[in-house]
Amino acid sequence: MAEAPAKLSAAELTRIFQEDIYSLPDGQKIKACIQCGTCGGSCPTAYAMDYTPREVFAAFRAGMLDRVVESKSVWMCASCYQCQVRCPAGIKITDVMYELKRLGTKYGMYPKDVTVPALSETFVKTVDKYGRQAEFEMMRTFYFKTGILKSIKNLGVAFNMWKRKRLNLFGGKKIKGRDDLLKIEKKIEEMSGP
Amino acid sequence: MEFTYYPGCSAESSSRHYDLSTRAVCKELGIGLSELDDWNCCGATAYMSVQELRAFAISGRNLALAEPLGRDIITACPACYLVLYKTNDYINQYPDIREKVNTALSAAGLEYTGSLRIKHLLDVIGNDYGTEKLAEKVRRPLKGLKVACYHGCQLTRPFAAFDESDYPTVLNRVMEAAGAEAVYYPLTTECCGGMMMTTAPEVATKLVNDLVKCALDNGADCIATACPLCYVNLDSYQGKLQATGKGASPVPIFFFTQLLGLALGIDERELGLGMSVVPADSALAKIATPQPAAAG
Repeated sequence: MAEAPAKLSAAELTRIFQEDIYSLPDGQKIKACIQCGTCGGSCPTAYAMDYTPREVFAAFRAGMLDRVVESKSVWMCASCYQCQVRCPAGIKITDVMYELKRLGTKYGMYPKDVTVPALSETFVKTVDKYGRQAEFEMMRTFYFKTGILKSIKNLGVAFNMWKRKRLNLFGGKKIKGRDDLLKIEKKIEEMSGP
Repeated sequence: MEFTYYPGCSAESSSRHYDLSTRAVCKELGIGLSELDDWNCCGATAYMSVQELRAFAISGRNLALAEPLGRDIITACPACYLVLYKTNDYINQYPDIREKVNTALSAAGLEYTGSLRIKHLLDVIGNDYGTEKLAEKVRRPLKGLKVACYHGCQLTRPFAAFDESDYPTVLNRVMEAAGAEAVYYPLTTECCGGMMMTTAPEVATKLVNDLVKCALDNGADCIATACPLCYVNLDSYQGKLQATGKGASPVPIFFFTQLLGLALGIDERELGLGMSVVPADSALAKIATPQPAAAG
């Protein structure tokens, strides 16, 4: 596994973000943001964010995206798409949030107590192992990674679900095409270059 | 109506009863479901948070496997629906994404040309099969049951492919065809927090509390949902609401296929009604119509 890239400066983050976003479908539309605030006003988790969706776009223009990813902002995005369907400029706001999550995860730029990167990575690892999700194994691995004490609170939930035959305690089983998935992912690594 | 059925990962575990009741209802209605052999995880929201092309590619493997079968894909999970639909839509609309995804898939000897349609179960039942035909098949109308119809956020967003993005009504119409009363429920597409119940539980608990309280305020006996993650948050974590001290009282949660199954006269055991954490009894007791006599 290649060494984790070092943190980016604000200017580098802005540059990479811009390049990536402009290459996504309708990515150029972020230039049309009129700061109307419909996104922030529609967002169900904006109250818990340091920078609301509208402020994220303002921060981009001010070259301050590093503050955005290193705060409780994009990590509070639930991908509900309420902002995206209402944006009068047609900006794919949720896709912008995903891009910032990807960059924050890749360059290790996120607050210490944010566990979204850990969950995404655990999710991906578990699917890589079996080809399908193994819910209990994934959650167990995630809690081991982020702090077992937190999981104690949820043992009751796990027990209730297990009692009702909704929890498989013993991992998953590999699908026949699991190796195909790994071949596909290897190909993508080759395509993405060093 | 024949479809390639994509169950999704939660159908094997936390939403086993959604899968059970889906199959039972579709069998009763004559909607053919052939499970896609060796399907893999669609990637849900997690892969998109890691790498975009990888997300399209693993979702694309399912599309490539399904294409030669010549049937449209149907799924009951809105996240799977969104991911498969988005991959299909982007492959059709954007040649460079199509090329990249197919280059990646070629490593496994697969290709997807974009010829399939991705359908959600609620769309097929409510719109294609139709609520008129549905009402005719109902043997035990759910009279007396007041249901808050919770569509969830990803069913009609961002692709309002089969209903309005902010205030869809297909679930209401299906529940009404089943004989229940669909109460006023303005938070019908308000997010439950999804995976944030794990990553930011205080936020998700607040959202769930809002949803349950709104249902109670509008006189609902229960909440009907079409999403495995909404279900888990609203049902299996309702204990958290009590724990916060200012939570709403527990409300039974159903998958819409469970309620519809009851209305169609399907045996309770085939619908997984005992599998919820919040007991279903208080809602089931409200159904005025008695169970139909067992078929001779």
